[in-house]
Amino acid sequence: MPLLEGKGVTKYFGGLAAVLNVDFYVEQGEVVGLIGPNGAGKTTLFNLISGALVSQSGTIWFKGENITNLKPHAICRKGIARTFQLVRVFPNMSVLENVLMGVLFGKSDGHGRGQALEQAEKWLDFVGLSAVKGLPARSLTLANQKRLEVARALATGPELLLLDELMAGLNPTEVAQAMELVNRIREQGITIFMVEHVMTAIMGVCGRIMVLHHGEKIAEGTPQEIATSRTVIEVYLGE
Amino acid sequence: MNTRKNLRQIWLLGLTLIFLALLATLPLYAPTYTIILMTSILMYIVLTMSWALFSAPTGYISLAPAAFFGIGIYTSAILGTRLPLPAVILAGSLISFCLALLIGALTLRLRGIYFAMFTFGLVELIKNFWLWYEIQFTGTRGRFVIFVDNTTIYYVMLIILALLLLVTYLIRRSRFGLALRGIGECEEAAAHIGVHVNALKTATFAISAIFMGAAGAIMATRWTYVDPYVAFNPLYSFMSVLMAIFGGIGQPYGPILGAAIFAYLEEILITRFPYYYMLIFGIVLIVTVLYLPEGLIGLVANIRKRVAGGQDALA
Repeated sequence: MPLLEGKGVTKYFGGLAAVLNVDFYVEQGEVVGLIGPNGAGKTTLFNLISGALVSQSGTIWFKGENITNLKPHAICRKGIARTFQLVRVFPNMSVLENVLMGVLFGKSDGHGRGQALEQAEKWLDFVGLSAVKGLPARSLTLANQKRLEVARALATGPELLLLDELMAGLNPTEVAQAMELVNRIREQGITIFMVEHVMTAIMGVCGRIMVLHHGEKIAEGTPQEIATSRTVIEVYLGE
Repeated sequence: MNTRKNLRQIWLLGLTLIFLALLATLPLYAPTYTIILMTSILMYIVLTMSWALFSAPTGYISLAPAAFFGIGIYTSAILGTRLPLPAVILAGSLISFCLALLIGALTLRLRGIYFAMFTFGLVELIKNFWLWYEIQFTGTRGRFVIFVDNTTIYYVMLIILALLLLVTYLIRRSRFGLALRGIGECEEAAAHIGVHVNALKTATFAISAIFMGAAGAIMATRWTYVDPYVAFNPLYSFMSVLMAIFGGIGQPYGPILGAAIFAYLEEILITRFPYYYMLIFGIVLIVTVLYLPEGLIGLVANIRKRVAGGQDALA
């Protein structure tokens, strides 16, 4: 049984099929990449999994349990956390408070105050933001705000982490650091499903890649298979 | 850093208790006029603070205080002769709470200006519905309310305020206080890290209505006669918002400060300058919005920063 599985997942915006009849699965311990041109439906698929959007048809299972169209907070408490394509930190809260929110409301709530703080500090340390924990989140650089989002998501205690364009807008050094972070998250035993445009990153960290185009899945395979697939090259470069 | 925060908390707690104790002894030596004035001020503090309890952290601008205040007033007008005073006030709070739960569950998915417009419409709706009901079924527009002496009204209002202070403090220090701020800063992100945003918003909205209803139930006894225009006067909604903004909504004592000064100012202006009262009021408001966007507490913080700024430069 895969950790996450979807069958026939479909979402229309008006008459436009943003995600059409997509089947997918993510096995425990995998790092799966989701790629595709702009408007392919990658973020929409993430929004359907995380409960931000309601699907029109199809079913999504997490650990064998039907989680289709549950509310976002319920999905988070089942053990699926996410980050956002455009960063959504709490700008006027301190970095520590941002992560504390994740600890206090995530999957493993019921902490004492001291325990929760300890957890939050642990995750800040994990992403390397301990030095700035007292600053308001808005004062961080984009790269650090993205790290903060990752720490906040990890603090909810997920088994599956959805990363939506973690590397977008980062410089090459920051991309390398983010790749290293993804690897360390996997070493924690957390499964990762990631949308990414930065090809070097996705080829470097993913074990398997899914390609979406116009809302439909057009290819799936190892990084090598995808890199040499004719359909994928046509979609990205034109015929 | 933590000990400094703790010290500050103890200091604030002590100050609050001293204030409450002083207020409690007031009827022993103050003239009746002072008691009546203080009751008005306490009423505005209760309305403003309970408004801020929900609206300040979440950023949902509610114009519903007048609706819940009015529900309290009418609970008192209808049940006042049949039940003892504490039961009447409890009933006013409970009915407001239940109505707020219902309204919250239905409308808190509205955001920004739409929520503000809905809550404003709610006050008008209840007012006109009630007016229609009274004329249709009771044949009169207004009702008489039981008489309660000024000192009792004052003490009841003080108790409501003390409870409100306690509830505000408990919510702020709990994880829900943090979550309410999270909703105000980015509701979607809050939902995705496990906050049940609709339940939390609705519950907090309803808790704030408890105090508005209670305040209405006790204030009604001072007016002896009420009709729907008096009870569901939208001015109470606007006053709550204005006083909170005047004081500053960044800190819990901002709305207290705003309401206290504003209510006192209103009294002074009405008695000293009855003809220019609204004009001066308007000017004060405009100046506040233009020059003190963060309210009085913003001004205090700025002055402190300037004083401390000189020392920081040396260090």
